[in-house]
Amino acid sequence: MAVYGTSLLALCTLVGVALGEVLGQLLHVKANVGGVGIAMLLLVICKVRLQRQGKLTPGLRLGVEFWAAMYIPIVVAMASQQNVLAAMRGGPMVLLTGAVVVAICFGLVGVLGRVANRA
Amino acid sequence: MIADIAGIAGKIADEQGLILSFAFVGALTWLSALVSRRLTGGRINASAIAIVAALALAWWGGLLSGGKKGLADIPAFAGLALLGGAMLRDFAIVATAFEVDVLEARKAGLLGAVALTLGTIVPFSLGVAIAWSYGYRDPVSLTTLGAGAVTYIVGPVTGAALGASSPVVALSIAIGVLKAVLVMVLTPMVARFIGLDNPRSAMAFGGLMGTVSGVAGGLAATDQRLVPYGALTATFHTGIGCLFCPSVFFLIVSAIA
Repeated sequence: MAVYGTSLLALCTLVGVALGEVLGQLLHVKANVGGVGIAMLLLVICKVRLQRQGKLTPGLRLGVEFWAAMYIPIVVAMASQQNVLAAMRGGPMVLLTGAVVVAICFGLVGVLGRVANRA
Repeated sequence: MIADIAGIAGKIADEQGLILSFAFVGALTWLSALVSRRLTGGRINASAIAIVAALALAWWGGLLSGGKKGLADIPAFAGLALLGGAMLRDFAIVATAFEVDVLEARKAGLLGAVALTLGTIVPFSLGVAIAWSYGYRDPVSLTTLGAGAVTYIVGPVTGAALGASSPVVALSIAIGVLKAVLVMVLTPMVARFIGLDNPRSAMAFGGLMGTVSGVAGGLAATDQRLVPYGALTATFHTGIGCLFCPSVFFLIVSAIA
C-alpha cells in the first residue's frame, strides 16, 4: 500500500521536526535545529529495518519515492517564489557580500573535498 | 447562453491553486527540457534551466505585484506558495534520504561537521568585514549583517534577538536571499571545478553553502543523486547559525568593534 510509505515519510518528518524544535528550545535558539536532518536519519533507519524484515514492499517504496521524485518540481516552485527583486535591489553592499561569500565558499568546497578524498 | 469565461477562470484560480501549480511547473519543466535539448545540446541540465527560469519569473512577479513572494503573489500562481513552501520542500528532502548510502554518509560525518563550522564562521566574518567597509560600526548592525551572510533566516532571527533596526534587518535578508539565488544558479556551472560529483563533496557543499533552498536548488540542477547528502548537512546550518550569531559571535564582534 503506497499510503504506508507516504505515512511513514510523514511520521519521520513530524518526529524529526519535533525533535529539531526540542533541540532549538534546549539551546535557546529561535529556530529548528536539524529537524529535517534528524527526519532523514529516521527514514534511513526505518528503511533498513523494513528491508531486514522483508516488509519493504514495492507499494511502500512507491509512497516514498513519489515524493523524492517530486523534489525537483518542488524546488522549481520554491525558486519561483523567492524575493529575487529585493535581492537584486539591495544595493552594492548586498551584491558584494553575496558574491564574495558564495565565491569563497565554493572554493572551500573544492579544498575540503580534495582533503577528504586524500584522507 | 455564453459562459462567463473570466468568472470561471477566476474561480479556478481561486479554488484550484495547488493543482494549477502542478500544471504550471510541469509545463515549465517541459519547456526547459526542450531548451536544454535543442539550444544547448543537453549540455545544460534541464533542471538548471527550469530553476533559473523560475527565478526570472519570480523577479517578474515581484515587479508586477510589488509583493515579497515572487510569482506566488500573482493570484493565478498563488498555489506555488504551497507547492514550493517550506512544508512540502522539507517533506520532499526527507524523501530523498530513502536512497542514501548509509556507509557513505557515515564516512563523511567528520567532514560534514568541519564544513558546517567553516560554513558558519567564514560567511559571518566576510559579512561583518564588508559591512564594516561600508561604514557600519555598531556591533548590533555588524552582527546582523554578518548573520544574513549565513542564511536569510539567521539574519532576521539574529537582528530580532539583538534589536537591530529594520533597514539593517531588511539588508541582512537581502544578502541571504541573494546568496541562495547565487548558489542555485551557479552551482551547476562550477560543480566540475570544485569536484562536486560524489557524496562526500556534496556533504561538504551542504555544510559550507548552508542555505537549504540554495543547496536544494543547486544540487537539483547539478545531479539529483547528490541531493540527500547535501541536504543532510545543510539542514543543521540555519540552527547552528541562529545559535552562534546572536550569542558567541555577537560577543566577539562587540569586543572587536
